[in-house]
Amino acid sequence: MSKFLNLSIPVFGGIALLIGLAFGMSSRDHNASKIETLETRLEQVSEHAANSAEETKVQANRASELEAKLADIEVVYAELAKRGSSLTEPAPSIPDTLGIGRTAHPNEIAAWDVDVLPDGRGLPDGSGDVFTGEEVFAEKCAACHGDFAEGVDNWPVLAGGFDTLADKDPVKTVGSYWPHLSTAWDYINRSMPFGAAGTLTPDETYAIVAYILYSNDLVDDDFELSKDNFSEFEMYNKDGFVIDDRPNAEYAKWQAEPCMSDCKDEVQVTMRSVFLVDTPPEGGSDSVPNMATIDGLPSFTKDGPSFIPVEDEKPAEEKVEKASLATSSQEVAGAADLIKAGKKVFKKCSACHQVGDKAKNRSGPILNGIVGRTFGTVDGFKYSNVFKAAAEEGRAWDEASLAEFLKKPKAYMKKTKMSFSGLKKDEDLKAIIEYLKSTGQ
Amino acid sequence: MDEKSKIRSRRSFLKGSAAMMAGTVVAGSARANEADPLITELQDWASSTGVGVDETPYGMPISYESHVVRRNVEWLTADPISSINFTPIHALDGTITPQGCAFERHHSGAIELRKEDYRLMINGLVDRELIFTYEDLERFPRENHVYFCECAANTGMEWAGAQLNGAQFTHGMIHNMEYTGVPLRALLNEVGADISSDKWVYVEGADASSNGRSIPMEKALDDVLVAFKANGEALRMEHGYPVRLVVPGWEGNMWVKWLRRIEVSDMPVESREETSKYTDVLEDGSARKWTWVMDAKSVITSPSPQMPIKHGPGQMVISGLAWSGHGQITRVDVSKDGGITWETARLGKQGDTKALTRFYLDTNWDGAPMLLQARAMDDTGYVQPTKDQLRAQRGENSVYHNNCIQTWYVNTKGVAENVEVS
Repeated sequence: MSKFLNLSIPVFGGIALLIGLAFGMSSRDHNASKIETLETRLEQVSEHAANSAEETKVQANRASELEAKLADIEVVYAELAKRGSSLTEPAPSIPDTLGIGRTAHPNEIAAWDVDVLPDGRGLPDGSGDVFTGEEVFAEKCAACHGDFAEGVDNWPVLAGGFDTLADKDPVKTVGSYWPHLSTAWDYINRSMPFGAAGTLTPDETYAIVAYILYSNDLVDDDFELSKDNFSEFEMYNKDGFVIDDRPNAEYAKWQAEPCMSDCKDEVQVTMRSVFLVDTPPEGGSDSVPNMATIDGLPSFTKDGPSFIPVEDEKPAEEKVEKASLATSSQEVAGAADLIKAGKKVFKKCSACHQVGDKAKNRSGPILNGIVGRTFGTVDGFKYSNVFKAAAEEGRAWDEASLAEFLKKPKAYMKKTKMSFSGLKKDEDLKAIIEYLKSTGQ
Repeated sequence: MDEKSKIRSRRSFLKGSAAMMAGTVVAGSARANEADPLITELQDWASSTGVGVDETPYGMPISYESHVVRRNVEWLTADPISSINFTPIHALDGTITPQGCAFERHHSGAIELRKEDYRLMINGLVDRELIFTYEDLERFPRENHVYFCECAANTGMEWAGAQLNGAQFTHGMIHNMEYTGVPLRALLNEVGADISSDKWVYVEGADASSNGRSIPMEKALDDVLVAFKANGEALRMEHGYPVRLVVPGWEGNMWVKWLRRIEVSDMPVESREETSKYTDVLEDGSARKWTWVMDAKSVITSPSPQMPIKHGPGQMVISGLAWSGHGQITRVDVSKDGGITWETARLGKQGDTKALTRFYLDTNWDGAPMLLQARAMDDTGYVQPTKDQLRAQRGENSVYHNNCIQTWYVNTKGVAENVEVS
């Protein structure tokens, strides 16, 4: 734009000169030569003016071309700025297909497309009743979810919790919270049991879902769930959900230019971290309750903290002592430490196996005194055929065989029911065997 | 020691620390009393030879950095196979998270799936139901983008008050990588998908958890990537090798790992992970669903509980991360007094959308206690809320989407602690 303005100045200048000359002429004696000169000049000036106008037009066109280009560039830049972290130009959009990929076989789609929609589409034929469900649940689910779907340890609770959703710690179960029955069927069918996903038959899944409904007191004990009555079932919390309303409820409110000074009169610490978290060199973390209270902490105003607490030097010293202790204990790491480490590793097994005085068979057998014991001989546990065969042969567990088995269970005992993939680290194997040896008979 | 002698007046303290600072400055610029043997004595590393090439064909961080690792909090979950660990954000700088310390979240453990065994099925409301191999995916035009991936449960523990002492544990369910992948829209084009706006794509993983999420068509066509590289190299097993979905700005659970199937459908599946989990119970017991976007959030990573100030009063750098699932971070303010006064921090380059932004406040610490906070703003004008604002809106029964302003109390020794303030 500025270029265009500069170009137009000579044109206007030329016209002004022309008008000035015309006025000057009328008040003078006629002098032929002067007239001639002036006429010539006039011609020259008009020609110049015409040329200038032409040139100006060209320049103006050029300027507007440049302007258009600039606008284009600005659009591109705006697009680039918008994309920001796009490190390449966008992939070209392709109108047709590229002919990549092959047609899916119907059996392939049948194998993988097993999800079930809220309206029941995707359900296979089949049925299962509460009674059957109880049996299947006890065998395949109860180790983690409890015999009554009440949940073991930190594993999910599946039953109860009605009318707790507005409480401080809502109990969100299949019964109290899940809005669609299809979700339960779909999830159990595809993702459960933990460690043996995808192994349930449709009838088993119908039966388990029926039992979970029963354990939530949502059906009677003679209830049978099938593809036909599935979509009739309405869940307790079906109307409990709203679609994300943050745009209206929150975003609209939290848009104001934020305060930069004198935003509050006074600020106090109302709570200190519940846990201090140790981060040991070997990894992981140890949460230690924080005994410190908010007493003795300053409050803050715009002038700064109300007072300056003198920090105790002691904790730092303790830390040093603790650290040096840790080093020395590492140096004398013996069986006791190994057992301790093994106990930690055993957490990977404890979903299915128990040890100790009160141990029971869950989805895996009790492991008390496993080292030295004959394969497959825990009372009351239903072993797979490979273990039955090993028991008949009288093979007994020793440290070497246990290590080999635990390293890759399915390689050592082909067709074992145990779904665990194995312990990869030798130190874990060593530790867990030491721990299992310590668990007695 | 009695209380009175513990508590000195602010005035006398500030005098003392000013003197101390003056002392530091003098000592710093004057000649040291004794020569530093690290300089005056010939060191081994300056005399003998080091390690040859190929000693570690794939390099690991030097042993001195072995504490900078992902860490788990065991008691949070029932089993490490279905669990989460935390990125050591306190110890990182810049914005890119190295894959080896980027947080993991598995529902049935991380699986080993070979590229040769990889198949991607796209079916449902499409003209052609197709199967793609890994090599097929590499034949589509691909793009590179940096995006953050944040678990919806990041900072979730802190709904109940200050719980875990460390930025790694309060805010470490996040990572930020440069992804290479094929825009999902290119694959949808290839199969001739029905892309009308009321359609959904259901995306599903190949592991035993079979994690699946429904994504509305508008998002699927926008910026979703089917990614196979992160930070220039193959994805790590724990992040979904060989192929994962990248859903920019949206909760990490939707970034399906070991992606094996995409189904175009006329309704959401309402799977377990989008009904019983990743929904937000409000105070009255009703719950929000489809809360996909991760709102603007920030945290000071240093100083923080795992990163105390060790150098004493004087010049220092307050550093942290900010991000928004809605777009770019436009401003981060830092407060040293629990939100009474704020200063605007320096930001990294503009234009990083749905990616981590690094901020710095270069400042002078007088040695007095601080209540450190950071507050992010994004290009929608949204201002990161306080915990009180969030609680007033949602109650305290939520698990997910806690993007509150975090407070660290820094004492006179420079030690920081996770606290909650009035």
